[in-house]
Amino acid sequence: MSHDPQPVPPKAPGHPLGAASARREGRAKVTGAARYAAEHAPPHRVHAWPVPATVARGRITAVDTADALALPGVHAVLTHENAPRLEQAEDPAVAVLQGPAVPHRGWYVALAVADSLETARAAAEAVRVTYDAEEYDVTLTADHPDRYLPKEVNGGHPGTRERGDFDAAYAGALVTVDATYTLTALHNHPMEPHASTAWWDGGHLTVHDSSQGSTKARDDLAALFGRDRRDVTVVAEHIGGGFGSKGTLRPQAVLAAMAAQVTGRPVTLALPRREMPAVVGHRAPTLQRVRLGAGADGVLTALAHEVVTHTSTVKEFVEQAAVPARVMYTSPHSRTVHRVVALDVPSPSWMRAPGEAPGMYALESAMDELAVLLDLDPVELRLRNEPATEPDSGRPFSSRGLARALREGADRFGWRPRDPRPGVRREGDLLLGTGVAAATYPVLIFPSSAEAFAAPDGGFRIRINATDLGTGARTVLGQIAAEVLGAPEERVRVEIGRSDLPDAFLAGGSSGTGSWGWAVHKACSALKAELSRRQEPLPQEGVTVSADTREEIAAGTPYARHAFGAHFAEVQVDTVTGEIRVRRMLGMFAAGRILNPRTARSQFIGGMTMGIGMALTEHSTMDPVVGGFAERDLASYHLPVCADVHTIEAHWLDEDDPHLNPMGSKGIGEIGIVGAAAAVGNAVHHALGVRLRTLPLTPDAVLPHLP
Amino acid sequence: MESTAPPPDAAGPPPGATRSTVTLHVNGVPHRLTLDHRTTALDALRNHLGLTGTKKGCDHGQCGACTVLVDGRRANSCLLLAVTLDGSALTTVEGLADAEGLHPLQTAFVERDAFQCGYCTPGQLCSAAGVLQEAADGHPCHVTPDTAQPGAPVELTAEEIRERMSGNLCRCGAYPRIVEAIGDATAHPAAPPVPHAVHGLGAVSVHERREAAS
Repeated sequence: MSHDPQPVPPKAPGHPLGAASARREGRAKVTGAARYAAEHAPPHRVHAWPVPATVARGRITAVDTADALALPGVHAVLTHENAPRLEQAEDPAVAVLQGPAVPHRGWYVALAVADSLETARAAAEAVRVTYDAEEYDVTLTADHPDRYLPKEVNGGHPGTRERGDFDAAYAGALVTVDATYTLTALHNHPMEPHASTAWWDGGHLTVHDSSQGSTKARDDLAALFGRDRRDVTVVAEHIGGGFGSKGTLRPQAVLAAMAAQVTGRPVTLALPRREMPAVVGHRAPTLQRVRLGAGADGVLTALAHEVVTHTSTVKEFVEQAAVPARVMYTSPHSRTVHRVVALDVPSPSWMRAPGEAPGMYALESAMDELAVLLDLDPVELRLRNEPATEPDSGRPFSSRGLARALREGADRFGWRPRDPRPGVRREGDLLLGTGVAAATYPVLIFPSSAEAFAAPDGGFRIRINATDLGTGARTVLGQIAAEVLGAPEERVRVEIGRSDLPDAFLAGGSSGTGSWGWAVHKACSALKAELSRRQEPLPQEGVTVSADTREEIAAGTPYARHAFGAHFAEVQVDTVTGEIRVRRMLGMFAAGRILNPRTARSQFIGGMTMGIGMALTEHSTMDPVVGGFAERDLASYHLPVCADVHTIEAHWLDEDDPHLNPMGSKGIGEIGIVGAAAAVGNAVHHALGVRLRTLPLTPDAVLPHLP
Repeated sequence: MESTAPPPDAAGPPPGATRSTVTLHVNGVPHRLTLDHRTTALDALRNHLGLTGTKKGCDHGQCGACTVLVDGRRANSCLLLAVTLDGSALTTVEGLADAEGLHPLQTAFVERDAFQCGYCTPGQLCSAAGVLQEAADGHPCHVTPDTAQPGAPVELTAEEIRERMSGNLCRCGAYPRIVEAIGDATAHPAAPPVPHAVHGLGAVSVHERREAAS
């Protein structure tokens, strides 16, 4: 374990940026004072409980709510027959209770509202829904007849890219790898279930929502309910994790707002954990074929990454798993393709590092297979394939720290000397092995606005609708402001998490600190200039300066901007039980300037931990008989627990990249998971001598391959 | 602005076939509540007493976010019906700190950055407080060496902490820092035992209750 010699690293006086400042909301969180969305209880609040569909596809033919409504304390039962009509939804997955169609099992078909949670649940169970069930298909196969080539995949990337002549180059390659990797669906499962507390006051809707971005949530709610955005306020002060699943509006906010409209009471709806996989999004399963062609020196001459995945019939969301292959390695001939099938499944959505997390599992596993074929050290193989420019676009990298991360990570981990032979290191019943994989994640920055205020007493206040879902946003924005203003951090108040603050982009795509921080930096710079111009003391009401970054971001960049990293893992495989355990794991990241090492380390390690889950325990399957996910709760969908995470360290390089934003930062929320599962899988191959290409590597998957 | 409503348990039908009146001693304060028999201890805390520090993560005893101390022992409050706890002493995250300031565990969690989103944190803290007591009382766990003296205090190594804390999920992945923080609190000379005195009824210790039950 990376025991820090001291829990609180010393702060460089006068330089808040880069200091290991403690979380501003830390005390509120450890005392239980921090309130999350379901924990706001305005007077006369009532509780709601949803009713999920029990068919895999079909139409509702009748809803009998008489028994539910007869229960004492029940206020209403909303169904598609009586629920408020919504305007056209940008995201059809939130257009709930608008019609009789059931696109997948678990789709919400009714909502019970009652004085107490217990009565609401009983009422939901008493609702009788009759369906006309239809034929359905929930099974993804590589050669599914309905698969098609999407024009775009998530993130706005083109679905297909061809460069050079892959087929000819691959056919002529001296050494080739052709391997298919299979990933099941994965669930975000933030610890706080999606929740909203909503009420109407006259024509004004207020919603406490577990949302990663309340500006966007407000705009979407206003559009759905046909209101001006000034008539809606969304508050997201504390959010119990999201990992993408709270990125944009989810059904709980819409249902709570509808129920509040119908009952005239404040309504709290917290989704039951078992219902979340069906309604909050998931990482779609991927079947990924990777073909690599190389010369004897290991330099790639041909690279193809072909992905088959599913989406729902509700909307098209395509996990962009082949996109990182456009960034990672030099190859004159390349093909990256996504194919998707619309099945009768819940709608997939963002989960931490969409695209990169599953895609880099496949690509980095294939690179390891190539290294084994060539009898070349896998670190060395990657160094030999460093491109001069971004392979797909030809643009120069603003900075590319992969080679250094690989070298320095290898040194810290004690990678060498390494006997490359698989399946030969025994310790009693255990087989031991080490593995490496690279990581990448793009630098995304979106326009945001901020306000900086100086009070006559020398205090400052920053206002911006950023969101802190556990990342430390409040803290780092305070540091950025303090740095620019030359003020101690404790003199800067930070207000975030309300849609009546200056508009800002949501917490997603590892874009938060770069996007919000830039707006804060700009507002504070302008405030500082304003203050230095003034000769006279500040007026009673202080001075406020606003700024937004639309122009800067619209100007774009000629550079390919990505964070990089390298994971190293040591595993043990129990030759009796088939159980795999990660003994130690080390991540070395090149992610621009790290603005707060304390919270950054937590983010990196958190991502790596989720990667351990992806590699070893997290597994979700569509039930082919009744539809819907089979593993819906935390007893069947196994998140890593404390005992699964033994020794795990994150380090980073000092990276000075002037082409990012005024802080010089890249996003760090997602790169920790990228490549982590591949490092574990590669270590398992090194330990066991068998290549397992389907995750997770649970004991039952390992048992048939034990020596 | 929004205000928080008073406890609504006065509303609803009187005690009878579906409701009972019980006294819960929460963080040393007795609360007489008439509760629906279906109400869990977790929902009683959150919805009837306004003590929302205790979190609902799964409502099925699978995540540990709702961990509280019941008569000094760890329990998933989502799996306990409140009306079965008449006379019990509950300690929640709101009751860990004394008037002087934070409990050493709370201080260590902040200093070690042993959380991100904070939603599992109250359960982690209550669970950790239970672990400190269990170790002091000599309760072994899966990784305790067979050679350990029965009943003697167990040294809370990192391995012991990891094993004993594995009923509390943290999706943010703060585990390494949680283990360090609990280690810090273990070493803290002033780490007080978590109070489970029942005000007005005298102190009730785990051992006394066990004897009374036998």
